[in-house]
Amino acid sequence: MWDYSEKVREHFFNPRNSGPLDNANGIGDFGSIKCGDALRLMLRVNPETEVIDDARFQTFGCGSAIASSSALTEIIKGKTLNEALRVSNQDIADYLDGLPPEKMHCSVMGREALQAAVANYRGESWKDDHEEGELVCKCFAIDTVMIEDTVRANRLRTIEEVANYTKAGGGCSACHEQIEDILLAVNGRLYAREAKPTEAPAATSRAPGKPKLTNYQRIRRIEETVEAIRPLLQRDHGDVALIEIDGRNIYVELSGACQGCAMQAATLGGVQQKLSDALGELVQVLPVAALLRA
Amino acid sequence: MQAIYMDNNATTACDPAVVAAMLPYFTEQFGNASSIHSFGSRVGKAIKEARGQVQSLLGAAHDSEIVFNSCGTESDATAILSALKANPERRTVITTAVEHPAILSLCQWLEKEDCVVHRLRVDRQGRLDLDEYASLLNDRVAIVSAMWANNETGTLFPVEEMAEMAHAQGILFHTDAVQAVGKVAIDLKKTKIDMLSLSGHKLHAPKGIGVLYVRRNTRFRPLLRGGHQERGRRAGTENSASIVGLGVACELAQQYMTEENTTVKRLRDRLERGILGNVRNAFVNGDQLYRLPNTASIAFEYVEGEGILLLLNQQGIAASSGSACTSGSLEPSHVLRAMAIPYTAAHGTIRFSLSRYNTAQEVERVIAAVPPVIAKLRKLSPYWSGDAPLARPAEAFQPQYA
Repeated sequence: MWDYSEKVREHFFNPRNSGPLDNANGIGDFGSIKCGDALRLMLRVNPETEVIDDARFQTFGCGSAIASSSALTEIIKGKTLNEALRVSNQDIADYLDGLPPEKMHCSVMGREALQAAVANYRGESWKDDHEEGELVCKCFAIDTVMIEDTVRANRLRTIEEVANYTKAGGGCSACHEQIEDILLAVNGRLYAREAKPTEAPAATSRAPGKPKLTNYQRIRRIEETVEAIRPLLQRDHGDVALIEIDGRNIYVELSGACQGCAMQAATLGGVQQKLSDALGELVQVLPVAALLRA
Repeated sequence: MQAIYMDNNATTACDPAVVAAMLPYFTEQFGNASSIHSFGSRVGKAIKEARGQVQSLLGAAHDSEIVFNSCGTESDATAILSALKANPERRTVITTAVEHPAILSLCQWLEKEDCVVHRLRVDRQGRLDLDEYASLLNDRVAIVSAMWANNETGTLFPVEEMAEMAHAQGILFHTDAVQAVGKVAIDLKKTKIDMLSLSGHKLHAPKGIGVLYVRRNTRFRPLLRGGHQERGRRAGTENSASIVGLGVACELAQQYMTEENTTVKRLRDRLERGILGNVRNAFVNGDQLYRLPNTASIAFEYVEGEGILLLLNQQGIAASSGSACTSGSLEPSHVLRAMAIPYTAAHGTIRFSLSRYNTAQEVERVIAAVPPVIAKLRKLSPYWSGDAPLARPAEAFQPQYA
């Protein structure tokens, strides 16, 4: 069962302002298709002052949907329409001493019904622009739609970037697989995870005063470094070839005895260290298989 | 006020006899069954006895067909992944739309791994179309997995017949019998079922113990490799205390099988009639003729299940909801949606699942408690007015949805 606050339980067991409202002059019906819950918010607005004299609700929904509706009516009674419209879904949740992340949409539903009711009172048509997806990050209550939109708009490539932009995945990290699925779906490929900026900010790891390499110089430097490493590997009947350079990701192919060697990760790590040193920036060396995956 | 537990499809109370049998295995009988010395061999003997008790309840031909593991989910995953590994040229899985998430989530993931998954549809009563099933059987199918009894509605699938059909085409058949074992008489040696999952805590054994039945000569690939436990089919030191407990629970289940299908069934039927007689706009979900004796899935139209559960819980009555709002996901139950039960009824579905511990007095108390709870919530419902639903509820209340 959900971990509801005392306040949520109290408003569910003893809802305020429930039932039909006679001579309401603003009615908003709104539902969340995700969970099938819906509510009708009824307002009696003083036409002179635009103050909400009375507000009542009817809700088809779970405990927190009923509690959120009850809280909403309590919050907006006595407010002017403009004041009421400034009530956010977080205000509703705060009034109830918080809602479980999975249930935040209940407070959103209340807010949307309020907008619909005000539009109805003003004789305006109102179109909901709120879209809801499946909950991904339970620590920060972020859903798929929010993550997809942000990834698309900001061309995000990694889980770290998603966490920086949306907070999703920044908590317990249990949702990282789902975030990877979204990144893959939006970008058509997965980019290798980059080192966290706090660990190795590219800008500061460069030695001070060292001039930035041009693209051409950088590629040349990478080629030279890899060439210098090859004899070491060839001594052990292995070899390495440079395949692709994609920003900070450098893809190489290990061959001969290196291929499938238990020490492959250590070998790649060594190549990475040499390249990072030579370039004065942090790079990631990845096997060519990672490129095929990405 | 004595609490009333009617959520036995979620989990059951451990039988006191089960607990008593387990206790020595936490103290003096702590040996590792694999050890050569007497500490180990005594535990090994106890596990062998338990294996026989499980074999007897399932009607398995050999006790070596019983593989102990950790839970029903592990059994389900082992069965399906084994079939795919053992038949690499076959990449199709047939299952049903109303399986437990242990199957459905796995299948969803398998689709990402380039498997083809067919989910058999069900009708309004939750029944399968065997013609549709027959049309999907071909040599690309690695395994069919269909539950014996549905956890939400209790509806039984004709798994014995389905296993015959699969076998005729050389396809492995697995059944998730987690809800059926102990309530339905099972005689596996007379069927063509290749693999079967059971879970201890659904039949008064503890949580954390499960069994995968694997018919002799079934091509099998273990999920966990390591030690030689369970003849190498499930590595990991045996959960000896729970295995012993499950053995006793299986023996008790066999003793109580008739009672489950007579006494418990009568209680369930009385509960259903009592509630439906006192609450309008309510109906029973599932196949009324062919279902578990202990399960009552009742839809209360125009109210939502979580509210019902919270109010029942206030009176010490424990049941569960068909609306997944209580289970962490937000969508209404996939089982009721697959049955095309309308949102306004699926959301208000409550599952009462009884056990041999429930009494006639408890049933009467629940029958008395339910009507005021539903009335209270219907008062809040935008689909309801006074003592009845709105004349045309679906038209009278048409919210904009996001």
